[in-house]
Amino acid sequence: MWLIDSSVGRKFIMGITGGFLVLFLLFHSLMNVVVVFSPEAYNAICEFLGANWYAVIGTLVLAAGVVVHFLYAALLTVQNLRARGRDRYAVTTRQEGVSWASKNMFVLGIIIIGFLVLHLIQFWSKMQLVELTGCGDHELAADGAYWIQYYFSQPAYAIVYIVLLCALWFHLTHGVWSCLHSLGLNNKTWLPRLKTFANIVATIVVLLFISVPVYYLIVNCLG
Amino acid sequence: MDKTINVTLKVWRQAGPKAKGHFETYKLDNISTDASFLEMMDILNEKLISERKEPVAFDHDCREGICGMCSLYINGHPHGPDSEITTCQLHMRKFKNGETITIEPWRSAGFPVIKDLMVDRSAYDKIMQAGGFVSVSTGGVPDGNAIPIPKAAADEAMDAAACIGCGACAAACKNGSAMLFVSAKVSQLALLPQGKVEAKRRVKAMLSKMDELGFGNCTNTGACAAECPKAISITHIARLNREYIKAKFAD
Repeated sequence: MWLIDSSVGRKFIMGITGGFLVLFLLFHSLMNVVVVFSPEAYNAICEFLGANWYAVIGTLVLAAGVVVHFLYAALLTVQNLRARGRDRYAVTTRQEGVSWASKNMFVLGIIIIGFLVLHLIQFWSKMQLVELTGCGDHELAADGAYWIQYYFSQPAYAIVYIVLLCALWFHLTHGVWSCLHSLGLNNKTWLPRLKTFANIVATIVVLLFISVPVYYLIVNCLG
Repeated sequence: MDKTINVTLKVWRQAGPKAKGHFETYKLDNISTDASFLEMMDILNEKLISERKEPVAFDHDCREGICGMCSLYINGHPHGPDSEITTCQLHMRKFKNGETITIEPWRSAGFPVIKDLMVDRSAYDKIMQAGGFVSVSTGGVPDGNAIPIPKAAADEAMDAAACIGCGACAAACKNGSAMLFVSAKVSQLALLPQGKVEAKRRVKAMLSKMDELGFGNCTNTGACAAECPKAISITHIARLNREYIKAKFAD
């Protein structure tokens, strides 16, 4: 099977799953901003994405995307370490034009996975999971605005989210253009354009996400 | 005016493929800044021989930057700190008086050390062999204008063909990947009408040979292109990906 046996096939899978997750992040970040303007509208979206069949299928597909992206990343990292050989270089430098993020994608990925676990415990397990299993507080299961208010009015959580979202920004600046490159969609004209495009996408996604904890931090500080 | 500098060299010494290597420190005084890096290595070896010591083994051949034989990982850069040149084109004027220069062999599972700074790069030859033949119609010489080729494609193919197969890409890559080399060799033919006939078979054979020989997976850092003495662009890697994915979907 060329998708696992060949290096281009493995990168193809990384690109496809990564691109899919970027699209999800775009949706998720847009959805989050709604809470700043109207908590009621935000809760309507939460209601819509509760234990309905389409939301459950969506969640499963997303989970599969994350798992495949992570397993392939682990496989690639192990293979690449082995390909590096027994002895390491005594002197290493970072070349001009080579981004720090591109050399640390796996580390950034692990940070993001940790972030994801924290996020799932804090929000998903109190919302969709409660509706699915039927145990827990039903009153608050679709009240996403309450949970956001609850966590982000604690400055420590808001700051943890902001810092972890910065890791996501670094991951996306390399990931977005790299995904298209691995799918073969690049040339000399488009390389600088795609890199700029990646920076723009990463910045939009992360700014949208960060605006929520920042908003609650400010509201909290102003009393 | 002939300017001279004194340098300290930290050179990787390894008796054989299986032996454990270590750094050896040498001092060289009064090296002309007009000397090439390899001439400086020759001076070092003459000094070692006169002291009845084992000279340092390193690869070199044409010494004019086209054969792809010289290597050396100098102060953290394949082919040294200057850009778009091979080690043989590097001069001592790029170094400061009193500087310590660390010289290492290419380090990659695909390029095992033979001795000291020499590595076995026959893996690249095997990838080239896996690429196989290009069909040509034998018989009378065809008219040069019978096969029109767009200028842009011809230029791009020529840029790819500038690859001398020195191995700096795999040496610079944190993943030990040979993708830049393979992509250049695939591109130089895939862009031209004569190479399109066997394009699918060629890309599959060369890529699977690369994977089989223990090179890593490309993660698009771009370190290879930054260190390439011929400035091969990583966009050739996108073309390799495209050609390979197309060939696999066509199967």
